Amino acid sequence: MDFYLTALLQGLCFSAIAAGIFISMKIFNIPDITTDGSYALGGAVTGVLLSADYSLALVFPLVALAGAGAGVCTGLIHTKLKINPLLSGILVMTALYSINLSLMGRSNIPLMNHSTLYSLLMLSDDHNLNTLYVLLFFVIVLLSAITYLLKTDFGISMRATGNSESMIRALGVNTDRMKITGLAIANSLTAISGFLMTQFQGFADINMGIGIVIVGLGSVIIAEAFINWFNISSVSLILLLVISGAIVFQLVLSLTLSLGIDATLLKLVTALFVLVIVSLPRISFRKKYD
Amino acid sequence: MIKLEGISKVYNAGRLNEVNSLRNINLSVQRGEFLVVIGANGSGKSTLLNIIAGSVVHTKGNLYIDGKDLGMLPDYKRSRWVARVFQNPLMGTAPDLSILENFRLAALRTSPKKLKIGINNSFIKEVKEKVASLSMGLEDKLDQAIGSLSGGQRQALTLLMSVMDDLSVLLLDEPTAALDPRSAELVMKTAGNLIKDFNLTALMVTHNLKESLAYGSRLIQMSEGQIVRDVTSEEKQRLQASDIYEWFM
Repeated sequence: MDFYLTALLQGLCFSAIAAGIFISMKIFNIPDITTDGSYALGGAVTGVLLSADYSLALVFPLVALAGAGAGVCTGLIHTKLKINPLLSGILVMTALYSINLSLMGRSNIPLMNHSTLYSLLMLSDDHNLNTLYVLLFFVIVLLSAITYLLKTDFGISMRATGNSESMIRALGVNTDRMKITGLAIANSLTAISGFLMTQFQGFADINMGIGIVIVGLGSVIIAEAFINWFNISSVSLILLLVISGAIVFQLVLSLTLSLGIDATLLKLVTALFVLVIVSLPRISFRKKYD
Repeated sequence: MIKLEGISKVYNAGRLNEVNSLRNINLSVQRGEFLVVIGANGSGKSTLLNIIAGSVVHTKGNLYIDGKDLGMLPDYKRSRWVARVFQNPLMGTAPDLSILENFRLAALRTSPKKLKIGINNSFIKEVKEKVASLSMGLEDKLDQAIGSLSGGQRQALTLLMSVMDDLSVLLLDEPTAALDPRSAELVMKTAGNLIKDFNLTALMVTHNLKESLAYGSRLIQMSEGQIVRDVTSEEKQRLQASDIYEWFM
C-alpha cells in the first residue's frame, strides 16, 4: 500500500509541472523543452537555500521567480529572435545545466535534518500521511490560483493568443509579450514541481530534470483523452483532469515496477507508456473502418 | 477620418522579385463614409487594408486616423481605433473559446485585459441582447465554443463583436468570400445595419460585384497599386453591374 501512496505523493509533486506543460503546450501551442532545465533549477535553488536554512517564505518565491526567468529567456529567444520554440527551449535547457551546477557547487545536495515544507505543518504522526495532507493543500491552492487566472480577462486573452493570434492582435494584445508571460508562468510552475520533489525525496540532484518533460506531457495527454471523451470545456475541470493525469501516470509507473520490471528500464517504460496512450485511440479507430 | 498621404509599399526592395504593391496612394475617407474597394487580384487593395490595420508596414507616406499620425504603430496598438473583420471566419474569432469569452475580449479591444473576472451577469445580459438581434438563435448557446458554429454565424458574430467597444474605423476584408450566398447576404445585411446604426466609417474590400453595388456610399477601383476610379455616392447609385464588369475587362 505504501508503494501506491508514494506514487500518489509523487503524482501530486508533478501536478505543477503538468499544469505548466498544459499552459505551454495546450494553451500556447508551444512545445517547451525548457522544462527539463527549469525543473532542475527549481530543485537546485531549493536545495541550496534550504540546506543553508533559509526560510520557506523566501525559498518558495525565489524558486517561482527563477523558473519564470528561465521561461522569459526561452520566450525572448522565440519571439524576438524568431527562433523555433523547440530550439529556443533546448538552448535554454542546455545553458541551465551549467547554471544549475554552478548554483549547487556539486552534483547533489542532501536535505536530511533540514526543515522542509512537509515538516512545516504536523497534521498527522504518520510521516507519509502528513506529506499527503500538505501536498493536497498546496496543490488545491495552486489549482485554484491557475483556474482563477485562466478565467480573468487576462487569462482569456492568454487562451486566445494560442488559439487565434490574428484575432487577438486585432483586439489589442501584444502577442509576443503574452507568449513570454505564458512561458514564464509555465516554467515557474515547473520549477515549483522541482521545489516540491526535492523536499519530498530529500535531496536536489543535477540530473533530476532529465526526461522530466515526458512526465508533464504524459499527464496532459492522459487528461486530453478524458477531455475529448466527455467533451469537457470547463477550465477548472480540465485543470483538475490534468492534475489527475499526473497522479494516474505515476500510479501506472509504480504498477509496472511492482510487476517486477527492472528499475533501470523505468525511462523506457515511461516512453512506451506515453506512446501507448497517444496511439491507442488511433489504432482502434483504424481497425473499425478498414 | 482616415487620411493617406503618398502611401507606398514595396515588397522585396532591390531584389529581382521586387513588387510595388502600392504607388503613392492619396485617399481621404470622411466620417460616416462606407468605402468599397474593388480591383483585380494583386491590385493592392488588401495591402491597403492591411496598412490601415497595421499588420503591414508601409514603405513611404503618412497615415492619419482621427487626425492622429499613426506612423509605425503596430496593429495591436491601432486596435484603439480600428476593428477588423477578416476574410477567413477562423481568423476573426478564437474557435476554442466560448461565444461569451470571444465577446468579452472584443469588449476590451481598446482597454487593457486585467487580472479580474469580467464575465458577470450584466455582461452576459448585454451579450445576450446583442446576439439575439441577429435572430440566429445563438443567444442560448453563449457557452458553446465559437468554433462549433458555421462560417456565416461566426462572421456575423465577428461583426457584432466589432461594435462591443468604441471604434473609429471598421475594416472588412472580403467578409463574405468564404460563405455560401445565403450566409453572405445575411452577413452583408448585418454589416450594412451596423454601419448605419452606429454611423461607422467603414472600408470594405470585395470581389463581389453585386455587393459592391448594393452597399457603400463610395466606390474606388484599384489597379497595379493605384486608385484608378473614385465614384461618389450619387454616381454610384446610377452604376450597373455591367459597368463595373467592363472596368475589369
